Formats: sequence, C-alpha cells, structure tokens
Amino acid sequence: MPVSKEVLDEIALSREEYGLIVQKLGREPTPVELGMFGALWSEHCGYKHSKALLSLFPTSGKRVLIKIGEENAGAVDIGDGQAIVFKMESHNHPSAIEPFQGAATGVGGIVRDIFTMGARPIALMNSLRFGPFDKLRAGRTDGDRNRYLFNGVVGGIGSYGNCLGIPDVGGEIYFSPVYSNNPLVNAFCLGIVDSAKLVKAKASGTGNLLLLVGSDTGRDGLHGASGLASRTFEEERELRSAVQVGNPFLEKLLIEACLELAQTDWIVGINDLGAAGLTSAAVESAGRGGSGIELDVLKVPRREAGMTPYEVMLSESQERMLVVARKGCEDKVKALFRKWDLEAEVIGSVTDDGLARIKEGSVVTAEVPVAILNEPPKYTFQVKKPAWITELQSFDFGALPDVSADDCNSVLLRLLASPDIASKEPVYRQYDHQVGDNTVIAPGSGDAAVLRIQGTKKAIAMTCDGNGRYCYVNPRVGGEMVIAEAARNLACVGAEPLAITDCLNFGNPDRPDIYYQLKECVRGIAHACRRFGIPVISGNVSLYNETRGLSIYPTPVVGMVGLLEDVSKRCTSGFKHEGDVVYLLGGMPWGTSGLAGSEYLELVHGKVCGQPYLDMDLEIGVQKTCREAIKQGLLHSAHDCSDGGLAAAMAESAIAGGLGMRGERSPYDVRRDVALFGESPSRIVVSLPPGKVKDFEGVVAGYGAALTRLGVVGGDRLVVPGLIDLSVVEMERAWRGGLGK
Amino acid sequence: MRFGVIVFPGTWSDRDCYHVFEDVLRQPVSYVWHKETDLSRFDCVVLPGGFSYGDYLRPGAIARFSPVMASVERFAAEGKLVIGICNGFQILCEASLLPGVLLTNAHLEYRCQWVNLRVENDFTPFSSMCKRGQVLRIPISHHDGNYFADENTLNELETTGRVVFRYCTSGGEITPDANPNGALHNIAGIVNKRGNVLGMMPHPERACEDILGGEDGRLIFGSAMRVLTK
Repeated sequence: MPVSKEVLDEIALSREEYGLIVQKLGREPTPVELGMFGALWSEHCGYKHSKALLSLFPTSGKRVLIKIGEENAGAVDIGDGQAIVFKMESHNHPSAIEPFQGAATGVGGIVRDIFTMGARPIALMNSLRFGPFDKLRAGRTDGDRNRYLFNGVVGGIGSYGNCLGIPDVGGEIYFSPVYSNNPLVNAFCLGIVDSAKLVKAKASGTGNLLLLVGSDTGRDGLHGASGLASRTFEEERELRSAVQVGNPFLEKLLIEACLELAQTDWIVGINDLGAAGLTSAAVESAGRGGSGIELDVLKVPRREAGMTPYEVMLSESQERMLVVARKGCEDKVKALFRKWDLEAEVIGSVTDDGLARIKEGSVVTAEVPVAILNEPPKYTFQVKKPAWITELQSFDFGALPDVSADDCNSVLLRLLASPDIASKEPVYRQYDHQVGDNTVIAPGSGDAAVLRIQGTKKAIAMTCDGNGRYCYVNPRVGGEMVIAEAARNLACVGAEPLAITDCLNFGNPDRPDIYYQLKECVRGIAHACRRFGIPVISGNVSLYNETRGLSIYPTPVVGMVGLLEDVSKRCTSGFKHEGDVVYLLGGMPWGTSGLAGSEYLELVHGKVCGQPYLDMDLEIGVQKTCREAIKQGLLHSAHDCSDGGLAAAMAESAIAGGLGMRGERSPYDVRRDVALFGESPSRIVVSLPPGKVKDFEGVVAGYGAALTRLGVVGGDRLVVPGLIDLSVVEMERAWRGGLGK
Repeated sequence: MRFGVIVFPGTWSDRDCYHVFEDVLRQPVSYVWHKETDLSRFDCVVLPGGFSYGDYLRPGAIARFSPVMASVERFAAEGKLVIGICNGFQILCEASLLPGVLLTNAHLEYRCQWVNLRVENDFTPFSSMCKRGQVLRIPISHHDGNYFADENTLNELETTGRVVFRYCTSGGEITPDANPNGALHNIAGIVNKRGNVLGMMPHPERACEDILGGEDGRLIFGSAMRVLTK
C-alpha cells in the first residue's frame, strides 16, 4: 500500500482500518478522503470503542422528543409546548495543552450544539478534575502545573461564558493525582425552545444551498478530533496547533442570528462546525437528510492564504455554522446574518446521489459515499475483571484503626478544608450565575441549581456528578452510584429527574483493564437509569486520558436535569430556623462499605479501596420521600450525604444556614469513622419545624424509608455528643479556605 | 413611562431589563437596535450590561461609536433619563456622558456576587424612593468595574453630590473589604452634572423580584418612573 505509517499515525487510523476503507471504496482513497475518514472514524466522532456499549443505555421515555444520536443534543418535553435541549461534552485534551483556550472553546462548542437546534442557551455547568496543588502529593513540578491548569481552565470558562451572557449555575471540582497533567473539563449546556420550532441538523432537498457562516477558516485545530481526542500524547508541544482559539463575541452574534433564523421557514437545517470541522458538519447533515452534498473549498472564506482542500475540510476554526437554506431563500438568509455583521457564503448544495463530493474549483478532490464515511468500524472486546480490582475490594477494614473520639473534630475540619469538599465560591464567583433573571437556587445554596421558566409556574433543576474513586474501586457500582447521587441531588431541591447527558472519561480502551472499566461503568449507569426510569438523551466519550502511562480513574460524569411543577415548592440545603428538628432520612452503614473510595479514607489513610454498596430500592424510596415532603411544604432544608459523609453534610447545612445544631446522639451504633465520615449512599439530612414532624413521618412510612432523629437546629455550634463540638465560624473558615488562592 | 432598551452587538442584560420593565413594573418597553437613531418615543433609555463588541480594545470603547450614541447624547441633552448599567456605564464613560473610567477589577478577576450599596444622595431621579444612608442589596457581575477618575473630578463628584451609590458593608460602613473591585472612594454609581444620566456597575434588573433574592432594584427604576408621573 502506498500510504505510510506516519500518515496513518497522524490521523490515528490503523492499517486494518485503512484496509477496510480501500475495501469499501474499491480503490485507494485520495489524501482529502483519507483525512475525512481519519476524522469521522476517529474515536471522538465515530465512537469506535464505545458505540456497542452505549447501546445498553435506555434512550426513550414519554417525554423524550429527540433521542441520543439523532441530533447535536437530545430534547425533552417539559409541558406547555416547551422543550429543553441539553448535552455535556469533554474538552480534556485541549485543556491539558492550553488550559484557557481549551476550556473556553469547550464552552463554545457545547453552546453551539444547543443553539444549533433553535434553542436559547439558558444555563451552563462544568465538571472539572485536576491534579492536586499540594506539592507533596503531586510532586513539585506537577503541583505548580496543576495550579496553572486550574487557573487557566477556570479563567477560560469564565471568559467565554460570561461574554455570552449564559449563566453558569453549577458543577463540581475534584482533585486527585491521577488527573495531574490530564485534567477533565466537561462542559454542560441547556437550552429552551418551543417544541414546534426545534431545528434539525440535516441537509435535504436537492438543490438546497449550503451556507457557511461566522468565522473565517484557518489552519487552527487541524487534527483536533483524530489527533488530540483520539490517542494518548506524550509530547504536548507538537500538538499545540491543534488547540483552537475562541472568539466568544462572534459566538454571541451567531447565537442571536441563528435563533432569529430558526423562527423563519427559510432553512431546512443548521449544523455547527465542531470536531472535524466542515467534514463532520457536512457529512453528518447529509447522512441525517439521506442526501448527498457537493461543496467547493474555494468558496470557503479563509483566514490565511495557501490552504489546501485537506486543511479547509479538517480545520477546526471555532464559531462557524453550516446553514442549509431553501433554494431561493439564500439572499434573505444572508441579509439576516448581515444585520449581525456576519457574512454567510454559499459554499455548495444538497445533491441526491448520496455522495460527499468536495471540489476545488473544477477539480474533484474527494467523492465518497456518505454512508461509508458515517459507518466507522465498531470494536468490542471480551475482558475479565482484573485481579487488582478484586484486591482493592477485599481490603481488610478490620486492620484499619478507627478514628479516636478525640480526633473527630480535627478530622472534620480537615475534611471541610479538603479541596474536594471545600467551598467552590472562589470559582463560581468568577462566573456570572444570574444573568437571565432565572436562577432561583444559585451555586452554593442547594444540592442542585434551579432555574425558573418565565411565564410558567415551573422550574428546572440540574446537577453535574461523577465520582472517580467509587468507579475505580468498583466500576459497576460506581456507575450506579453516580446516577443515584445525581438523582438524589435533584430530590433534595424537590425535582423529578427528566433525563441525563453523560461524559465518559476513561483511559486507553486498547488496554483490557481500561476497557473493563468502561464496560462495567456503562453497565452500572444503564442499570441505574433503567431502575430510576431516566433516559440518556446525549453525551460524549473521551478516551485515551492518560499521561506517562498513568491512566485517570474511570470517571463517568453525568448532567442530570429535573422538573419542578411548582417553583415555590423548592428546597435549599442550609438550616433555616432555631428549633427545627434535624433528621437523617434513609440509609444504613452497611458494614464498612461507606468507607470504600471515601474522601476520609484517602485524606486520612491515603488509601483508595474497599467495596461500595448501594441498595437501589432504598435509594428510590428515600428520593421519593424527600421529593414528596418538599412538595407538601414540610421541609426547611435537605442536603444529601456524599463526600465526607454525615458529619460533612451536617456541617455544610450549618454553614449554609449560619446556624448550629444540637445533636442528641450518634446516628449509628458502629465504628466512629463509618458513622461520621462514611459515604454510604441513600441518605439525606433534613430539617423541619416540630409541627410538621407527624406529617413527615407519614410520608416516610408511605415509602418505607428509614428515619433517625439527629437533633435540633440552634446555637452557633455543631454538636454530636462525645464526638463533635465545633463552632460554625470555625468550620466555615476551614471550608472557605480549602481551595486556597 | 416608556422605556427603550438599547441593544449593541454583544449586549446581554437587554432581555433581563426588558423582562423587568414589561413583566414586573408593567411599563411599555421596546428594544432599540444600536443602528437606530430615533429615540423620540421614549422617556428613559437604558444601556444594559453585557460585552458590547466583546469588550475588545476596552469595554465600551467601540460601542460608543454606534449610530445610536449620538442620539443618546441628544436625548440626555434634552434632560430625559439615561441609565447605564455595567457595560452601559462603561459605554457612557467612554462617550464622555459621564466622567471617569472603569478599570479592570483590582484583583484581576471577574466577580458575580451580591453587594451592599449605600445611597449617598436621594435627590436624584434614580434614588428619590430611597433614603440617604439606606443600604440596598444588588448583585454585581463584571470584570472591569474599578471606578477611576482624577483627583479634581473625584472632588467635584463628591462635593456636588454626584456619587449616588457606594459599596458598603451590610451595616452601611464604607470599608475596603466591602469594595468588590477597587473602585476609588468605593464608588458604584454616579450621575452627570445635570443629574439625568446615571451610570452604575451593579445590576438593579437582577434585584426586582423576591424569588431572585431581592427587590431593591425596584427602588431605582421606581424612582425614575416617579419623575415622570410627577
């Protein structure tokens, strides 16, 4: 074969895949065609290693209007003729190389996926993971670099999102040495649209015209999809040109112009240019429309001279949209964009031959059936559970000393100051979380963000959750726990889950251990989603997250969105009134399972191990109880036990409310570390006025959830007799200072 | 009162202002595209927050050349009310309708948070519903809100009562800790000589409904409305 290994390496295709292309085409591909295959058959666009597994997810439901994979994002009906559209996407590799622009363009890309569908973006969230700043844990050089990556990512998200005027309402940030040099940057965007006005990303109707709008095309971002996102990389500098530079102002203009365009009948579709640029936008659109496309690269406005057809087709220059206009409407479309100082150029048309034909003037440089480009090979592997996971799970907690009663105070303060648990205000105050006048539960006040829907009584709630440690010690149960926690966070504000989007962040799937993690996590998520009745409507997969041979934890992250029928029936996490009674709703310690993969175990004992346990029936009952109690207006606060366990949950409710709690007893008659700092799921700390206790007990009994009285809200100290006695001020100081500066 | 909300490319508080005027205050309101020049149908125009022209070059530096700005200048000269919020304040300074400039926040970071504002002058058309010394809770959201002016200008502003709002503690004290951006004299909002043009960094349109955390913003818009019904 004439193609060299170097060429194939550059676009991350194997020799076998090249052979498959030749076989399907019946000839050798041209250079432009090979570039297009490289992009569309990349892991990032083609999901070669994950597609078979992703078919396990439940994808339909009575509210699902657009299913996963059908469009740029999924859509869910929220009643009153309105739909919400949301998706989460990773920008890990670009952020590892150039954190500011990598994260900024991650926001830009996910926002385009939403307004492409005619939906106005109204909320952003981010799930972020970094290596620790702590030089002892991370090593001196890595600690400094981790801080640099963190500052860059946070700055990039803020600079892009703030400029767009979309509120950034929530997210999560975690730290572990496994994310050193390979941060995870997962950006979520949600939009709202009248269901009848949803726009498809399709190219159909022979003779209709393809218009390219927005930024000129340059050489930036070449091989982003195939290179950066689809293989591991050791020498980062060589790939720096694969990171794009964002222009949020231009994106803001595109949002307004495209939303205006979506109200007309001049178009059949809009698609954004993301990974693999014009190639994927055009070929995807043709695939969805069951048509062919023909375009001329000479008509594409360029940022720089001398670009080859290959470069034009694979450029990932940001802030570009492909509009498919009805023939005869192109001048009206152009005029609309001109109002926003945007140029739209006709670059080609829709054909009926099912081919993607790329021309440079009169010379045809590529001519491939759309169906072949859109059908990358799918890989599945038979894998066994690696022995090292069994070893982690069989750790003998009997040999681990319990925390002494005298140390409980200091351990709680250490946990509150741990960057994983500490206040994230130093981050979210850099993001505009209010613009839009809809944010009714803002970051820091509840377990999920809540936005009202203007003109209705409704509100939507959203949360981002992941837990790499749980998934590392048990990928299956870890996957289930991620879903359970996200749904629990929604329950704590009073919302019923509607659907999820997910980012599956894993290492190199060619390694059997990693493929096992991926497979088991997907099975866990799928199982939990079915049990909860929550469909998966969008998502992405980010593989090859490893540096110098060290893989990240398996880190599936979900963005879950829920609905509140009545926005006035919502709940926040802080204690509200002196004299309210505090209960622990649900949950048992289940032996030492709560210590498995816990913050406490890593922080105090330096270990990540154990066997986590989740009782799905109990979890569902606890969540239903909490939602129903909020709906009936019984609760003053609700906050779930997660990182740092029950002690951290009580402390956080006290800090958020500026009120202490007089505890009456330890909730469990077990080891102190398990009782206070264990992270068994299915537990929510609630407070309510004494007069509503009877009604609340009735709701609890109806769902068969357990209830333990913990104490009474009041004073300025958190007291658990014999174990914890700390002032709220002292706890708050530790919690606020944990993220450092 | 007929409100006009001016939309520059990159403006984003336009929708929030529109929502407050129409749904909360129940006043007639229209958007004004920055290329329009006829403002005769309005009693008050608002230059909302956002990143006009991406804040490229300097916040407000490009927007001041938009066609609508010459009309805003005439509108102000006629004594009608002009309110610049956040980016709108920056644009009014760039257009010399207000003195001084908004520098990058002293800590170099964007800040979105609730702040306390002390009302320094309750004789302006934008503060007549407040009491001097009253503390308002209104959010800020900006990267460049660090008010700066030369010594003479500051003296003139102070001695003529043109500082309308100052960042303060919840108890109304003017302290460095209560200053979220490094603004000189903790200045959050000022008026022009004639008193009919207000520029302020905080966002009153985010504080007009209890469900969003407060209603103090209504005092500012309500004051403006009172001027006209008088």
